[in-house]
Amino acid sequence: MTSGQPLAVDLRGLTKRYGELTAVRDLSMAIESGEIVAFLGPNGAGKTTTIDMMLGLSKPNAGSVAVYGRSPRDAIARGEVAAVMQTGGLLKDFTVAETVQYTASLYAHARSADEVLDRAGIKAIADRMVRKCSGGEQQRLRFAIALLSDPRLLVLDEPTTGMDVEGRRDFWTAIRADAERGRTVLFATHYLDEADAYADRIILIRSGVIVADGTTAEVKNLASGRIVRATWPGADEAELRRLPGVDQVELRGDTVLVHASDSDAVARFLLTATKARDLEITSKNLEDAFLALTTDTAGAASTATTAGSQR
Amino acid sequence: MSSTATEPRERQVPPLGGLNPTMLRLEVRRVLRNRRTMILTLIFPSVFFLLFGLPRKGETIDGKSAVAYVMISLAVYGAMIGTTAGGAAVAVERSLGWSRQLRLTPLRPLAYVISKVLTAMVLGLVAVLVVFAIGAVTGTRIPAGVWLASGLAAWLGSLVFAAFGLFLGFLVPSENVMQIVGPVLAILALFGGLFVPLQFLPQVMQTIAKYTPVYGVGEMARAPLVGGFHLTGLVNVIAWTLFFALAATQLFRRDTARV
Repeated sequence: MTSGQPLAVDLRGLTKRYGELTAVRDLSMAIESGEIVAFLGPNGAGKTTTIDMMLGLSKPNAGSVAVYGRSPRDAIARGEVAAVMQTGGLLKDFTVAETVQYTASLYAHARSADEVLDRAGIKAIADRMVRKCSGGEQQRLRFAIALLSDPRLLVLDEPTTGMDVEGRRDFWTAIRADAERGRTVLFATHYLDEADAYADRIILIRSGVIVADGTTAEVKNLASGRIVRATWPGADEAELRRLPGVDQVELRGDTVLVHASDSDAVARFLLTATKARDLEITSKNLEDAFLALTTDTAGAASTATTAGSQR
Repeated sequence: MSSTATEPRERQVPPLGGLNPTMLRLEVRRVLRNRRTMILTLIFPSVFFLLFGLPRKGETIDGKSAVAYVMISLAVYGAMIGTTAGGAAVAVERSLGWSRQLRLTPLRPLAYVISKVLTAMVLGLVAVLVVFAIGAVTGTRIPAGVWLASGLAAWLGSLVFAAFGLFLGFLVPSENVMQIVGPVLAILALFGGLFVPLQFLPQVMQTIAKYTPVYGVGEMARAPLVGGFHLTGLVNVIAWTLFFALAATQLFRRDTARV
């Protein structure tokens, strides 16, 4: 915003309803040029609905969408934005190279078919019929197509769904190599490790509302500290809460779960001053943050939101 | 390429909504590779001609060569199947999600539809040429002007089926649309006098036939052979083309609004 360049993505007050269901509710999002953003959320959270509106594939009931200062349709026509969608179909009776050539011919300016096939790592199968390509190969073909216009913004909707581990790694290697050129990338995923490994920023969405937005570290910190878990029949909850650095105590039958910044103090207390046994200490990870932010009741949403989503 | 994604440069919208010769060439190549379409469009009419046309060498219909009469009728039939299949390809591409994929490119929906019509018309032209070529090779002799006029009428008249195919394509989002409408096309071809000259059908069927969509193009295509110009046929072709084109446009509008 300070650079004077328009935002790569500027969504304001987006709402999308399908009959009774509100899939996305008053959602705003600002992404600067050059950011690599993971759009994270459980299935049905509204990720694809938001992306569809961002790309002009569906119209919001309220709110506005701008991609590099243009309408989505205009941005696509000029090759400013390209996308790899979960559902985008391919023609089975084109070869890989023909699919790329066909799409390339639609742009005013496009990179050569050879170049994008190479970048997507599928040059070797250029003459193969699409129907004979594996799911991962077809996904890389969609990626190759998306690179044709050398887009400033690349949107990926669950790009590695259905790929095996190796396919996912190859795919991300290709994306990463490409993103070094300064491309803005927004990818939706429910794989936390992908968000953790490849994004500078994470936007967490639940029930059509952004519940957290910040750097990967910030989002992890939302669920910082460690969890001390022990078996302690008749646990004294009040006493645990008085310990320094304890921010949450949970009792599940005979098991106590203590969320604390000073796990050593809690462990020492439990093992020396009580009858607690089977003690375990685990650190929270992004997965916990994800679960905490996407499964808790609505109260968590407001407290968990960081400064990032207030733009 | 030296430019990077961050470096702003003038990005343009393609002319003609993305319609271009490369895409048309690739489309035609793809269609010609489709075995089912080729069998229905090129092999069937040719085989029909060899089975039902050629044995009638020397016979006449309305005082003209029966073989030529059958040949022109079957050229219309081939063009009709080819252009319908070409238009109906939108059904396959919608069901596969390719149309959605194209929404992520600069291709305008109207340019896409025009590309389908042009591809369908190429297929129709090939169908006419193949039947005529087989007719010529097997000894059919008619004046050059008749070859040309009948061929053009059969080909251009089949625009009605490109529109019909598009209409079906937006109506039935199925990969199997051509199998579904196959019987309908056969009945329409019968009413168009493509299999049996209409005067051999009962009077009531002849009357009904005048209002069906194949009648006009059939009469127009045979007119150069049997003599004269067929006004009723022309009106029929124009009316049905407009009807299917408008119906397809309505469905197309609904489709693009919904995405």
